Amino acid sequence: MAEKVLMKGNEALAEGAIRAGCRFFAGYPITPQNEVPEYMSWRQEEAGGAFVQAESEVSAINMLYGAAATGVRAMTSSSSPGLSLKQEGISYMAGADLPCLIVNIMRGGPGLGNIAGAQGDYTQATRGGGNGDYRTFVLAPFSVQELANFPKKAFELSEKYRVPAMILADGILGQMMEGMSFDFEPVDPKTLPQPCWAIGGKHADRARNMVFSYALGEGELEKMVLKRAERYALIERDEVIYEERDTQDAEVLIVAYGISARASIAAMNIARANGIKAGLLRPITLWPFPSKRIAELSKKVKAILCVEMSMGQMKVDVDLSVKNACPVYLHAKPGAFFPVAEEIAIAIESALKGRKDQLFNIEDLAKKAENKIYAVNNPVCKEGALL
Amino acid sequence: MNAITKRPSSLTQAQFHYCPGCGHSVVHRLVAEVIDELNIKDRAVVVAPVGCAVFADKYFDVDSIQGPHGRGPAIATGIKRAKPESIVFSYQGDGDLASIGMAEIVHAAARGENITVIFINNTIYGMTGGQMAPTTLVGQVATTAPKGRNEKLQGNPINVSEMLAQLKSAKYIERVSSDSAPNIIKAKKAIKKAFQNQLDGVGFSFVEVLSICPTNWGVTPLKGLEFLREKMIAQYPLGVFKDLTVANKEGK
Amino acid sequence: MYQGVRIAGFGGQGVVSAGVLLAQAGLVDGKAVSWYPSYGPEMRGGTANCSVVITDGEVSTPVVSAPDTAIVMNEPSLPKFEPLLKKGGLLIINSSLIKSKPKRNDIRVVYVDCNAIAEKVGSLKAANLVALGTFAGITGAISIDSIASAMKKVFKRAKPEILELNRKALEEGAKLK
Repeated sequence: MAEKVLMKGNEALAEGAIRAGCRFFAGYPITPQNEVPEYMSWRQEEAGGAFVQAESEVSAINMLYGAAATGVRAMTSSSSPGLSLKQEGISYMAGADLPCLIVNIMRGGPGLGNIAGAQGDYTQATRGGGNGDYRTFVLAPFSVQELANFPKKAFELSEKYRVPAMILADGILGQMMEGMSFDFEPVDPKTLPQPCWAIGGKHADRARNMVFSYALGEGELEKMVLKRAERYALIERDEVIYEERDTQDAEVLIVAYGISARASIAAMNIARANGIKAGLLRPITLWPFPSKRIAELSKKVKAILCVEMSMGQMKVDVDLSVKNACPVYLHAKPGAFFPVAEEIAIAIESALKGRKDQLFNIEDLAKKAENKIYAVNNPVCKEGALL
Repeated sequence: MNAITKRPSSLTQAQFHYCPGCGHSVVHRLVAEVIDELNIKDRAVVVAPVGCAVFADKYFDVDSIQGPHGRGPAIATGIKRAKPESIVFSYQGDGDLASIGMAEIVHAAARGENITVIFINNTIYGMTGGQMAPTTLVGQVATTAPKGRNEKLQGNPINVSEMLAQLKSAKYIERVSSDSAPNIIKAKKAIKKAFQNQLDGVGFSFVEVLSICPTNWGVTPLKGLEFLREKMIAQYPLGVFKDLTVANKEGK
Repeated sequence: MYQGVRIAGFGGQGVVSAGVLLAQAGLVDGKAVSWYPSYGPEMRGGTANCSVVITDGEVSTPVVSAPDTAIVMNEPSLPKFEPLLKKGGLLIINSSLIKSKPKRNDIRVVYVDCNAIAEKVGSLKAANLVALGTFAGITGAISIDSIASAMKKVFKRAKPEILELNRKALEEGAKLK
């Protein structure tokens, strides 16, 4: 392995993409991902690729649509509110079966939210956030090293299945520096085969190609959607990636991805020091989700604790996997607060003992809201009653 | 028997779905003839819009991509930057280009993208059923302006060519009309120049073609042509608004 | 060994680059390290700060919410970071600019006249390095040699005489206990 260098997450991601053969980037400024377009602005030129600062996220994703249609490895990056704008283009690319890479360095939401790292876009990313029936690969790195490695993985998966790929990280991973090394040979784009479906370039030797997402003839769209569903099923069977730590003897299984998984590892160690056998399953692909493995583990453990910087968005997938085989609890840090190991350790103990009062309890939340909602509907409601 | 004309080889055998009198058919043919004449069929890419011309990709026998409403110039940018040897043109209507896609066209022009844009202005939304467009004339009736466009409520039409001509990086902007044989000949000349510019690396070239929509205007094609000549040209004068072709070629 | 550090001060006092230097030095020593900055509105109007972790194990949390050491370089940073320190933690105060006194008595406090010492070795800009020197001297988490060799990687364009001056600042800082 090469000597480790200190690198910022966003820059490692950008360099990793270049080394994966990415030769087109379009983006728009938004914190906390600005280092990605900044890095790309000079690095693409150096590598003989193209960089465009678009007038909007909407335009950037459509530039990506055009570039990806030519068969080059192309990417865009943004942060949460920007991803909302990009959904139109992602839906078109899914519908046109184009490989590409979309990066979301998540920040707090909804709306303008804040600019700190968050995980509130899980559902949007894993369900295909735009209109229509589609999915995208979602890779969740948890270190600067993985930010550097995942663009290559994402392009390969995306091209193999002709399904857009997303890297879902957060502001902390994007902004932090860590020791890392580039441990794969840079990809020379000239060695990549030109896909048979690609448009553009000079092509006296082939018939024309068409890239589109519509199917207006009777029954045509259904056929297209069903064909895509076959590929999605294959992906769910064959392409699940996850990491396990100390699950052999675990009484409590933590499920956490990205930066939340790092705090969970520290919490797991605290719990073990206190005599509680905690283990971790870290989904690396959020779609396809490691449902099968979680279902297996749910039959061996006493409880599962989901740790996420969102209000149980990932827990929905865990619940669907577990099917009530064991209790599933939530330790949520929404609003872009970083989970603290000591707090997670308390949650682990509470999960083991079934102490719901120590954990996120939806029934309690409903009770809290009741009186306030009444105040809102009341014509003489006080300003700020929702707060 | 000697053939004096034939179907351009850059058109497929598919039959146009356009209404009788619609300008799209004429402009499609002009573009196809230009692609044939410039011998660029094997590297042309059409970016089809959302609107009546959504199936432009079925008609032009060249590489194609159909994109979201109004985003043609952004898609064209991606293709051209990724594969500069391609000859990329975005074909758009007035709802697509002047309303939902205004940002994309303005910024593609501002960046001076070396692409060609064909803009069909018929003052109305065709595909969706005759709603008011940004180009609808004051007083003109639309399904969302049943009493006619009211200046006080809906403002005035946008003259896209004049607006884009203000941008320093836009190299060639011309407005032509598809209403008569002499004007169609002029239109073809403009379209050819807009493609030739891209071949020469001149930069952003834009041709606005005034066109009729008898179906949604609720008139016969002949009445429609009268409306174009009497009313539309008053709002949208024909002519070259910008031509930096020569200057740029010399400076190359 | 685990050291979670927060470094805070005015933008321009080099607190962010001191953090990078510390992380790079840890990497030179073969430790696991992380660096995490404050950014955006947090940076406006006064204090910049960063988190650094140096450890023999894995870095779990790059955001140091309960530091082992806080290095505060300006007045507004003291009330912000003193309360976060772990019990028994180390507080390094730049006494050249901070006149207030810390309130806690369950922490170790070291006053360093960073600006004056830096000026004495040749440049006010090295005040951050004086503080780093003190940190290295007291905690032993990192050696002066490692920081000095990290400087060559972080300040790639620095002239040899500047690197020499910086090293002197580190050494002066390390003398203080």
